[in-house]
Amino acid sequence: MKRTNRVNVCLATTVIAAVVVFSGQASAQVPVVQPGAPGKPSRELSESERPKAVASKHSPADTKFMQGMIGHHAQAVEMVDLLKTRTKREDMRMLGMRIEVSQNDEIKMMRLWLQNRGESIPSEHAHHLPGGTMPGMLTPEEMEKLRVAKGAEFDRLFLQGMIRHHGGALTMVQELMSSPGAMQEAEIHDFATHVDADQRMEILRMNTMLKGIKK
Amino acid sequence: MKKQSIWIGCVVAGLFVWAAEGGAQQVQQPGQDPRVGLKAGATDAGVAARNMELVATLPKPPGFGDATGTGGLAFANSDIAFKGGNMFIGGFAGFNFYDIEDPRKIRLRTSVPCPGGQGDLSVFGNLLFMSVEQGNGRVDCGTQGVTGAPNAPSPERFRGVRIFDISDINKPVQVAAVQTCRGSHTHSLVPNPKDPSMIYVYGSGTGGVRSDKELEGCSSGDPNADPNTALFSIDVIAVPIKNPAAAKIVSRPRIFADTQTGAIAGLWPGGAHGEGTQRTSTTNQCHDITVYPELGLAAGACSGNGILLDISDPVNPKRLSEVSDINFAYWHSATFNNDGTKVIFTDEWGGGTSPRCRETDLPSWGANAIFEIRDKKMIFRSYYKLPAAQTDFENCVAHNGSLIPVPGRDIKAQAWYQGGVSVFDFTDATRPVEIAFFDRGPVFADKLVTAGYWSTYWYNGFIYGSEIARGVDVFELKPSEFLSANEIAAAKLVQMNEFNAQSQPKMSWPQVPVVARAYMDQLTRSKSLKPEQATALNDALTAVERANAADRAAAVAALDALLPALEKQGGSANPIDAARYRAMVATLRGFAAK
Repeated sequence: MKRTNRVNVCLATTVIAAVVVFSGQASAQVPVVQPGAPGKPSRELSESERPKAVASKHSPADTKFMQGMIGHHAQAVEMVDLLKTRTKREDMRMLGMRIEVSQNDEIKMMRLWLQNRGESIPSEHAHHLPGGTMPGMLTPEEMEKLRVAKGAEFDRLFLQGMIRHHGGALTMVQELMSSPGAMQEAEIHDFATHVDADQRMEILRMNTMLKGIKK
Repeated sequence: MKKQSIWIGCVVAGLFVWAAEGGAQQVQQPGQDPRVGLKAGATDAGVAARNMELVATLPKPPGFGDATGTGGLAFANSDIAFKGGNMFIGGFAGFNFYDIEDPRKIRLRTSVPCPGGQGDLSVFGNLLFMSVEQGNGRVDCGTQGVTGAPNAPSPERFRGVRIFDISDINKPVQVAAVQTCRGSHTHSLVPNPKDPSMIYVYGSGTGGVRSDKELEGCSSGDPNADPNTALFSIDVIAVPIKNPAAAKIVSRPRIFADTQTGAIAGLWPGGAHGEGTQRTSTTNQCHDITVYPELGLAAGACSGNGILLDISDPVNPKRLSEVSDINFAYWHSATFNNDGTKVIFTDEWGGGTSPRCRETDLPSWGANAIFEIRDKKMIFRSYYKLPAAQTDFENCVAHNGSLIPVPGRDIKAQAWYQGGVSVFDFTDATRPVEIAFFDRGPVFADKLVTAGYWSTYWYNGFIYGSEIARGVDVFELKPSEFLSANEIAAAKLVQMNEFNAQSQPKMSWPQVPVVARAYMDQLTRSKSLKPEQATALNDALTAVERANAADRAAAVAALDALLPALEKQGGSANPIDAARYRAMVATLRGFAAK
């Protein structure tokens, strides 16, 4: 068997291309050991006791959170779209860029999360529909007011709106954290934790910017 | 055990065609990096490699997720620890032990379900340490998750550092579970030179602070208002080796404090550094700390800063200096060079789940920053980023790696998630150079899943990769213009009984001919040693090796006669070569004296 698993290499050129395929050893021979709490013995699991998937599943609350957050994020991106043509401030433009990049990345991630778990993916425009609104979101009237505002007035309305919008995301995280069985799955745990930390920091920053505008 | 290997040769003209399982094909344009445009696939992705070869691979064990990665982070493989002929691979779902006695024929030994993420592991003697931070971690390692709401206090929940007794490698037993306020994202083992009966653990928590109703004394308060806040610290856990069940937190040092005012939140406050700069996270946590016990130093990659710590008193680490960087988003991990004169910090821009090695991503963002250490201060010298563009569907950013012990050089093997593994030389801190790589195509051609290498570490002659979705890979370096057979052989002489990348050991080399020849190759490569000098020296060394007892003295004298000239030559060489001359001459004299 010596060197049968070797991949040949062409050192003369810059490239090798190879695929090593192993079928894997028969799993039955390998012990699966379930530890207990400290001080308790570990136990070798029988074939039938072995978990098919060693991971906690996502809950309906997790799914609802992700579905709701897609529309929530989508409105933030719409607000930033307005900002691009209406603000004169460089720091506002940078804030907008940051929000756009992070929220678009996160929308992609949330859609993929739902897709990979066989859950339905809402349209990014679902928040325009009756009942599609989430905590902190601007009403159609408020969005219209923002759309027609200019200069410092726009900056003020944008910051006030975005602070409330981000605050809504924090409310959504709190609701999730109060739902039994939620956040047991690794990705939703990390994502919700990240949204909480990230938006808290952004709110602090926007509050500082808002003070600067009110002067 | 069924194995098969498929390989397709190379076309020297610079154009190459490859085929993988299933006969998929692809053509590369001349001059393009072979890592660009690799075919996607969970188990049959296209592969490009240079100067290293894949010698073994194993998929993840049953129950730990499949190679597609679609189960998500919950099934991700994470960090690696080594002991003797064993490799321990942690993960979000638990951990797995591998027999690596024969690195070309590794085999799974034991599977241990114990969810909680990230599941980073370290080993010390018969104790295995595991980081747990997520809300589903249970005290009893159960896989059913924690009952109730995430913010409801639960006696079932475990977030912190678990300790297992692995004296029976086939049946690890949990002996302690030290709860911490933020859980443990990573941890580092710190031996105490003054007290070998204790081992210390630096726990780095990056998660939310839990309620004091679940764990007494936990507060997420503003550091200006609450001096007991669990933010802005690390957890120092003392573990009596003979009685690990008595492990407990002994300090939460304020290593970010302002040296003048003593304010707890003394370092980077978070945010950008000005127009066009990166937005750097707040320094209220360390992501990872790499300790170097022999030097009494630690390098903390602490969210918004890189910090250097004096750990001569492990319970009370003291900050010596700190650096910030306008291109860093998140200070993630650190690696010293063997002399402790340099430190590499990594920036995990995008958190590791995002594609950050695209053609459009700046080479100074999501990269390594290489610093020289002088008088306990860190001086920036250069960035190093994976030099091959990856797709939108490959999470890629700087991640974990370890040194390859080639004497006379600083070389690191580093994981870049789906960007593969990159081996690079940073002997000249201002000019890091890639010397070997291995990369697979994305898992999917049209969607991003979290996969790729979490860690790639050198251990006793081989590079081991923990692939988040696909399992475990083992690599061997191949000689090339960048690294000679002698240098690889010299690196293989460094044998460790245990290895934890975050607890860096001082490496040294025996005074044997191949080590001297490694230096000779380096000095020849840098054109400091003339070819005829190298030949004469090599011949003289060979003569000593081959000499019988009767004529050894004469051969040694002939070799010795060459050395003063070399010492003189070394005296006028650049500092890097000068050190090589000194080490080479010392090695030759040491060998000759045997």
